[in-house]
Amino acid sequence: MDYLLTDEQKMVKELAHKIAEEKIRPVAAKYDVSEEYPWDVMKVVAEAGLFGLFIPEEYGGMSVNVMNLCLATEEMSRACGGIAVCYAASALGTFPIVLFGNEEQKKKYLPDLASGKKVAAFGITEPEAGSDASAIKTTAKKVGNHYVLNGLKHFITNGGDAETYVVIAMTDKTKGARGASAFIVEKGTPGFTFGKKEDKFGIRASSTRELIFTDCKIPVENLLAREGMGFIVTMRTFDMSRPGVAAQALGIAQGALELAVKYTKERQQFGKSISSFQGVQWMLADMATEIEAARGLVYSTARMVDAGIKDVAKESAMAKMYASDVAMKVTVDALQLFGGYGYMKDYPIEKYVRDAKITQIYEGTNQIQRGIIALALIREMAK
Amino acid sequence: MNIIVCIKQVPETTDVKINPETNTLVREGVKSIINPFDVYAIEEGVRLKERFGGKVAIITMGPPQAEAALREAISLGADEGILVCDRAFAGSDTWATSYTLSGAIRKLGAFDLIICGKQASDGDTAQVGPGISTHLDIPQVTYVKKVEEATEKHMRVERLMEEGYEVIDTPLPVLLTVVKEINEPRLPSLKGMMKAKSTKITVWGQKDLNLDPQGIGLCGSPTQVVKIFTPPQRTGGQILTGEIPEIAEKLISAIKDELH
Repeated sequence: MDYLLTDEQKMVKELAHKIAEEKIRPVAAKYDVSEEYPWDVMKVVAEAGLFGLFIPEEYGGMSVNVMNLCLATEEMSRACGGIAVCYAASALGTFPIVLFGNEEQKKKYLPDLASGKKVAAFGITEPEAGSDASAIKTTAKKVGNHYVLNGLKHFITNGGDAETYVVIAMTDKTKGARGASAFIVEKGTPGFTFGKKEDKFGIRASSTRELIFTDCKIPVENLLAREGMGFIVTMRTFDMSRPGVAAQALGIAQGALELAVKYTKERQQFGKSISSFQGVQWMLADMATEIEAARGLVYSTARMVDAGIKDVAKESAMAKMYASDVAMKVTVDALQLFGGYGYMKDYPIEKYVRDAKITQIYEGTNQIQRGIIALALIREMAK
Repeated sequence: MNIIVCIKQVPETTDVKINPETNTLVREGVKSIINPFDVYAIEEGVRLKERFGGKVAIITMGPPQAEAALREAISLGADEGILVCDRAFAGSDTWATSYTLSGAIRKLGAFDLIICGKQASDGDTAQVGPGISTHLDIPQVTYVKKVEEATEKHMRVERLMEEGYEVIDTPLPVLLTVVKEINEPRLPSLKGMMKAKSTKITVWGQKDLNLDPQGIGLCGSPTQVVKIFTPPQRTGGQILTGEIPEIAEKLISAIKDELH
């Protein structure tokens, strides 16, 4: 389908495609096994200027453009969902500074994130605060010119490898969700350490670690927006980043479909390609159609965000939920089409199933997304 | 450092089809790319520019669509592109091509270094680079695999040999042809792609270059292609088996039989 992309969007897509095919696909299996952070690929992505897609020009980026970010993430995810998320998670960690940072904060942090010299991460999740973000226990206490952070974040993508972290902590527990605030914390700050690296089912090229704060002193200048704005910062950030997760799911699904089409053409049974069998054809047709429907939803949402439309919570949730459900279904079907070979790690397709699963879980489980959508519907009806 | 890189647009396939009537390459329906060896030349030029300052100009001779190759070279870090394009240049062999390109280089003005890929993937002659240096009367070093040292006036390079390499000192200006061992070309950057899209490509024809009409195109080309053909496939050969002394004897007698 032709999405009438602008010349700039076509360039982003073409460049990300090139990186995916030449630099990511050849190393996807290697990083899936080793679980190392793919610094060599991140360097290529940085030199290509793709980290600039979520940072304004005056701070060394290209301009903040969610559609471009989605195109880049989708193309890279076609080759490896794990490596692509190392990139996309840096966008997640950068958005709070772009959206809420003051001039000094932007000048200090954004240029290095735009050039890819440093990557970012966002820390909100805690062992007992997943979908219920208001249950956060990490505290930030103001002492003179500093905030003192104490607590534990876990499941933090890019944790340990990122240099710049945006962390949500409670400045006033009595106020519940309105008592949360967002802080920029630099790697290397005394009292800020990392826990174990998680051994994951999929997206194994990306790093996931605990962030541990033990009397971690950070200057008051590192507070983003104002005290009590932590959840607003988080929600606005997710509005920007959710289309990116949807695009990751979309790319994984697209990559799996391409492999399935290629394989079913090559695989001979009963004297002909299995792609000549109607049962196989119908599966491929459904997979392709669902992917295209997801793509329409993702691109439309991204364009809404770029157009400055404020309330995109419902559309963002729909895009993320639908694209990730499609990714799960399509990757499982693609593996089925590979038959017994698909179950073997010698073939690339089982990795797509593992990589797809997380997209239904992170940045709000799909159950939470459905809740957001339903709530928006009920609200609209009440108007 | 003023650097000129000469590139060629070639079909993206090693399986080049030849028109049996005209004995020329069939370009229709095949995607065009920058000759792979020339991409290493562009990269080396851009790296030297990044070290010494100056600029990298790309020159190509070809049909109007070769402009795409120039734009791609700019996306990889080059500064400007010159397309040498004129019907009068059609049918040029390597001699006429290198004469024409040397005319364009002269018109471009002072330069310190010219870099070419070692050969093109379609014609495989490896003659145009050396031809340009001859027409310009400057030194040439072919098959360069490494630039060891470079100053504004001098260069020490490693020249790939079948076994090992030669180390060659040369004054500038010089023409180098490079092999793929010399570097790992970068991918384009977004900023480079945007610049490539907006940069104006200079087009020079015969009138701009003011070349000797007898030296260009078909009539300036001493090479006459009499016939182009695909050599017949080798047949299977014969595999000798048995103990080594026995195989050796069989082999020698087979060679003797062949000679008689």
